[in-house]
Amino acid sequence: MIELLQQYWRPFLYSDGQHITGLAMTMWLLSASIAIGFVVSIPLSIARVSSHFWLRWPVQFYTYLFRGTPLYIQLLICYTGIYSIAAVREQPVLDAFFRDAMNCTILAFALNTCAYTTEIFAGAIRSMNHGEVEAAKAYGLTGWKLYTYVIMPSALRRSLPFYSNEVILMLHSTTVAFTATVPDILKVARDANSATFLTFQSFGIAALIYLTITFTLVGLFRLAERRWLAFLGPAH
Amino acid sequence: MFDDLLQNLGLSAFSLKGFGPILLEGTWMTIKLAVLSLLVSVCLGLLGATAKLSSVKLLRVPAQLYTTLIRGVPDLVLMLLIFYSLQTWLTNFTDAMDWDYIEIDPFVSGVITLGFIYGAYFTETFRGAILAVPRGQMEAATAYGLKRGQRFRYVVFPQMMRFALPGIGNNWMVMLKATALVSIIGLADVVKAAQDAGKSTYQLFYFLVLAAVIYLLITSASNIVLRWAERRYSAGSREAVR
Repeated sequence: MIELLQQYWRPFLYSDGQHITGLAMTMWLLSASIAIGFVVSIPLSIARVSSHFWLRWPVQFYTYLFRGTPLYIQLLICYTGIYSIAAVREQPVLDAFFRDAMNCTILAFALNTCAYTTEIFAGAIRSMNHGEVEAAKAYGLTGWKLYTYVIMPSALRRSLPFYSNEVILMLHSTTVAFTATVPDILKVARDANSATFLTFQSFGIAALIYLTITFTLVGLFRLAERRWLAFLGPAH
Repeated sequence: MFDDLLQNLGLSAFSLKGFGPILLEGTWMTIKLAVLSLLVSVCLGLLGATAKLSSVKLLRVPAQLYTTLIRGVPDLVLMLLIFYSLQTWLTNFTDAMDWDYIEIDPFVSGVITLGFIYGAYFTETFRGAILAVPRGQMEAATAYGLKRGQRFRYVVFPQMMRFALPGIGNNWMVMLKATALVSIIGLADVVKAAQDAGKSTYQLFYFLVLAAVIYLLITSASNIVLRWAERRYSAGSREAVR
């Protein structure tokens, strides 16, 4: 156990000498996909609750597709599936993009988390208090201003508890990245396992690292909720 | 027959190239795995919820530990950890007891692993649902002289299900999608079948999309069933907004 730690603590945390690995890689995957997913999901969630049929249904179809299939299959399609099409390999830009495992992984993760996040935000927008929107309209806010000043700030705050769940689920989902040869924590654990045959210890260390990240994230989100959801608490 | 139909429609590029039976077998494997793991995890969940709500500390603490640890660690890490360690532990155990070597079937250990992991999620679902049943119901049942088991079967369980169903549905969906990971530990599920078929026909994209469509069909079908069940169990309760 001690030898395992001595030999593998560096790859488990940040680097194996040449590449970024382990914890640093997992955090990079997580933050990149969460950031892209967040930015894209805001316009999509507004489209999702739109009364306009042609705005609503493509988004609905997208979330249905990506929430109804496992992330592992989505990753396989992005990583091996798309690159197996000859037309993709012939296009220089597409070829360069899909040849890199990292690009494919982040693309698949971002698309996946964006679908879930869109539904979370759309649900929060739908559960907006009628009075709030009516008051804003009475003050003459419409369209763009109505969304940026009234609806989105409130909806994003109220979706915080569900969003924190999604971030933690996404952290747990990043583990499939090793199937696309991305050296995240689990990949290091698998390498350590196949080199030392200390199965329980290798995966146990990985489990402990993930547990630590989960608890840290839960703590951070609890702080964020205390700050941004204070208005929902009991009046003092 | 399916291939002939595609040929007649001029869609022979979409033929399954003889991999139809393997894909079907894989799909059946995925469904079997998901349903059996659901059974294991619901049983574990009911046990865990009872333990967590028990007044005995010796039951409460391990149950708390179980749900916290399992829900804090990614399912794939646990799957690899349990799957590979289960065999080692069993071998050590049989060696110590001087028994014959027992090899665990990958399917059985997949079911145990998935059931054990999602049991933790079900524990939380059931705990919340049991707490949501009004206290008076239990007291009334006690006052009528119902025994412990009867109280649970006739009074708590039917009411609890209404609160538990959305959670059960959620967990089922997550678990169904987690079954795609068992191909990583070597089970011949629908993902494995699609990968094999795709690699040998050089049509990886087509077969992977096909696997995705199969999952989509299963999740859509379970959505319909869940909606029906929710309506059935919420009979007799009024909701202001639907």
